[in-house]
Amino acid sequence: MAAMVNQINGAARRIPTWVVYIVLLLPVPFLVYQGFTGGLGRDPVKGLEHELGQWALKLIIAGLAITPLRRFAGVNLIRFRRAVGLATFSYVCLHFAVWLFLDVQIWSQIWADIVKRPYVTIGFAAFVAMIPLALTSNNWSIRKLGPAWRKLHKLTYLAAVLGGVHYIWLVKGIQIEPLVYMSIIVGLLALRLRWPKRVTA
Amino acid sequence: GLVGMAGGARAQDALEPNAWEDITQYNNYYEFGTAKEDPAKYASALTTHPWTVKIDGMVDKPADYAMEDILKSMTIEERIYRFRCVEAWSMVVPWNGFELADLLNMAGVQSGAKYVAFETALRPDEMPGVRYPVLDWPYVEGLRLDEAMHPLTIMATGIYGKDIPNQNGAPMRLVVPWKYGFKSIKSIVRITLTDQEPPTSWNKANAREYGFYSNVNPEVSHPRWSQASERPLGGGLFARRVPTLMFNGYGEEVASLYEGMDLKANF
Repeated sequence: MAAMVNQINGAARRIPTWVVYIVLLLPVPFLVYQGFTGGLGRDPVKGLEHELGQWALKLIIAGLAITPLRRFAGVNLIRFRRAVGLATFSYVCLHFAVWLFLDVQIWSQIWADIVKRPYVTIGFAAFVAMIPLALTSNNWSIRKLGPAWRKLHKLTYLAAVLGGVHYIWLVKGIQIEPLVYMSIIVGLLALRLRWPKRVTA
Repeated sequence: GLVGMAGGARAQDALEPNAWEDITQYNNYYEFGTAKEDPAKYASALTTHPWTVKIDGMVDKPADYAMEDILKSMTIEERIYRFRCVEAWSMVVPWNGFELADLLNMAGVQSGAKYVAFETALRPDEMPGVRYPVLDWPYVEGLRLDEAMHPLTIMATGIYGKDIPNQNGAPMRLVVPWKYGFKSIKSIVRITLTDQEPPTSWNKANAREYGFYSNVNPEVSHPRWSQASERPLGGGLFARRVPTLMFNGYGEEVASLYEGMDLKANF
């Protein structure tokens, strides 16, 4: 186990972060290609919208897993966390853009949906919560903000939960997949709770 | 014969049917899974021969009717209808089928009957989706008797002149073109005439979102999305939204059924 962890850590140190950006964003051109060629089913707009949203959730989960992985397994992928976070935001932006321009299309309806439909409101809130995170995902901001930077980036937890609720709420009936995503998000957040040390009498 | 229907003729004139692939590869049939592609993938497991339909309740001739006997006494015709899903997408389907009224008259509707209840087959061995409690299985639906007897209401047994594929509700499914698609219950095994408003699956699952009537109505929003417009399927990535029509464009034929009713309360 320890040997494997060392191997992973060693390999992670050798991979340049730009490679991670490219790998994480590779699904985008692939999805667009599929959208034009029938690979996303008979409703490519919904297909693209859902795929992008699911990628955003997968990546936010990956980002949330990085700290527990180091703490509990000793696997250190911290240097890729910014790439994972910015890639997540990219998918959220694309998901939002597809919804705006290809799905709803009608401007008067877009704002009505955002304020009147709770699942849209929640998804939009997750997007808004991620904007300051994306804007401060650079070395200059970390230096400038100091300890406040860590506090600010706890917004990730909120964005992840909102994203999970958004998915549960938008499907018809009770479906398994959104509940699986939500359980993983809640589980990863629970791992961060610092339980009070039990006092034995 | 492939004869159009006089009453709906005007609404049908301009309709261009969707491709066979749109109609048969993009389905909501949760007994086979909740993804749109699931029914096309898994519904071939459904045994549709032999098939019997129990017609019971307030009828003169309650019985288990064999599908082939039903087909022998019905006249199959083509009906090209708009199909509007409650999820705000739509298509145009060239159904083949017969009027539900003919089937109900065959069984003999008794005078006290006010509603028709329908039930879909429940076959856990053939339907992978029913392992999950997405809905309270079996799927059930219902119509008021006058809606059921309306000449636009049909039992579909075919599409584009071919046998209806399993994913579209073989061997026989209801089509009520002025209501959201989920009212048009698939793979029917039981039809019951009753004097009570029957329970319906989506209404049981979420009464706030899905009413008994579920008439297509651009003025009554679904609590989670607007119903004012729809995306017609088959237009690719850049298909434009179009306004949704009252009663899905069949108002001239069916609006009189709801005269004096508050359609916001009876959604």
